[in-house]
Amino acid sequence: MIEISSIHKRFEDQEVLKGITATFENGKTNLIIGKSGAGKTVLLKCIVGLEIPEEGTITYDGRDIIHMHKKEAAKMRQEIGMLFQNAALFDSMSVLENVMFPLDMFSSMTYNERIKRARACLERVNLIEAQDKSPEELSGGMQKRAAIARAIALGPKYLFCDEPNSGLDPQTSLIIDELIHGITEEYNITTIVNTHDMNSVMNIGDHILFLANGELSWEGNNKEILNTDNKTLNEFLFSSEILRQVKEQALHSK
Amino acid sequence: MFLFDSVKTFGSYLILMKRVITPPQRWRIFFRQMMHEVYQLGVNSIPIVLLISFFIGAVICIQMKLNIESPWMPKFVVGYATREILLLEFSSSIMCLILAGKVGSNITSEIGTMRVTQQIDALEIMGVNSANFLILPKISALMAIIPILVVFSMAAGVGGAFAIGKFTGIMTAQDLIVGLQYEFNQWYIWCSIIKAIAFAFIITSVASFYGYNVKGGSIEVGKASTNAVVSCSALILFSDMVLTQLLMQ
Ligand SMILES: Nc1ncnc2c1ncn2[C@@H]1O[C@H](COP(=O)(O)OP(=O)(O)OP(=O)(O)O)[C@@H](O)[C@H]1O
Ligand SMILES: [Mg+2]
Repeated sequence: MIEISSIHKRFEDQEVLKGITATFENGKTNLIIGKSGAGKTVLLKCIVGLEIPEEGTITYDGRDIIHMHKKEAAKMRQEIGMLFQNAALFDSMSVLENVMFPLDMFSSMTYNERIKRARACLERVNLIEAQDKSPEELSGGMQKRAAIARAIALGPKYLFCDEPNSGLDPQTSLIIDELIHGITEEYNITTIVNTHDMNSVMNIGDHILFLANGELSWEGNNKEILNTDNKTLNEFLFSSEILRQVKEQALHSK
Repeated sequence: MFLFDSVKTFGSYLILMKRVITPPQRWRIFFRQMMHEVYQLGVNSIPIVLLISFFIGAVICIQMKLNIESPWMPKFVVGYATREILLLEFSSSIMCLILAGKVGSNITSEIGTMRVTQQIDALEIMGVNSANFLILPKISALMAIIPILVVFSMAAGVGGAFAIGKFTGIMTAQDLIVGLQYEFNQWYIWCSIIKAIAFAFIITSVASFYGYNVKGGSIEVGKASTNAVVSCSALILFSDMVLTQLLMQ
């Protein structure tokens, strides 16, 4: 479980986050949604510790990560898996080596155990046949899956994904979403996903946070989101005429 | 303003180096990376070093012959002067300037690309000290292999001088050999090697610094490579002056 309270972050004269408080439970897929530039990436970076907020506290199961000792923080990083917007696979290594890398660095397993573990992770994301390819030989969706395999190699307790679906077609997005959702429930991970993909919101949104103008404007799940009367959220979600009609039908058919 | 910026840049360089120069988290992986870099930065540079040194040796020999030979100078002066130039300056400083162009831009663009494609963030998230992991193998690899490059360069340069003397007949091989061996001082070779090791540190650390601090996209990576090569070259020349004064006293 991750708890954040009154997070403030500014860049020069621009206040990007204006006091965000939220709780992310484990075993649930937590989504952060919002317009481009709303500060989703900045919030995620603050939570994982790539940016330091000026104010506020962030605790991982009670452990305060902002004021944590450096050594302790480095250790805790091993409990974190992160999926970057562009996958960020190491392009000097093959897919299998990428997945093995965290194991090489941090586990005390033997070589054979590491290979076995890496193959198991690749199998989990259905990518075992591409294990010897190099990252640039993979399609965008395959890269994302390889990155998921790398993120789960050490059996993380926390998983963060920055726009896992950007640049992917709806069907492939669905596969990635299901994968993230499945892994979260399977290993009881605390997962936080940044997205502006409406499919993901409806499919896997166990807990949804809507950011607008650096503030938390709405919070709820994928059932509640259809009935919300939050004006900014409705404008954001049902920006096109078609979607508005679909919503009407969905509400009437109930 | 310029002074302020330079001090600030130097400060962040020192902070980066403090993160770089720590024991690796995994020695096994460090050595694997270092071997890879020895090959990438060192062995791959051997052809260009040999080629350039050979021709520079030949050219210096021709210039010496044309410009300083006169009836009241001993015949071996050409060989002697050529050797001194090669040993004292060319095989360390000028060769490292050439390497700054080849190796420096290579390092900056590699690390810069890793920065803009978030690979460095990915390392940091995992709890890897990315500065140490990426930069230390490069620094130690080039510092380890540079003495070999220096010796190769010296040999190729002398070979070039000898070849031009022998094949064009501008002087007798005998005079050249006497000159090349005249009052040979072994310390000069050590001087060159010591200087080159210092330059290897400058090239790899400065180029890595520029790459590590890239912000933006591919255009910035390109700019950073150019800046890295310019800075490396200037720093090599400046420290050449200091080191030569210290070592040759
Ligand atoms: N390193 C930085 N320096 C200065 N400003 C920044 C920095 N990072 C983000 N910002 C600013 O913070 C604001 C929020 O950016 P952020 O990347 O979090 O948006 P986002 O919600 O992730 O958008 P998108 O959906 O397009 O990814 C933007 O206005 C951006 O200009
Ligand atoms: Mg973003």
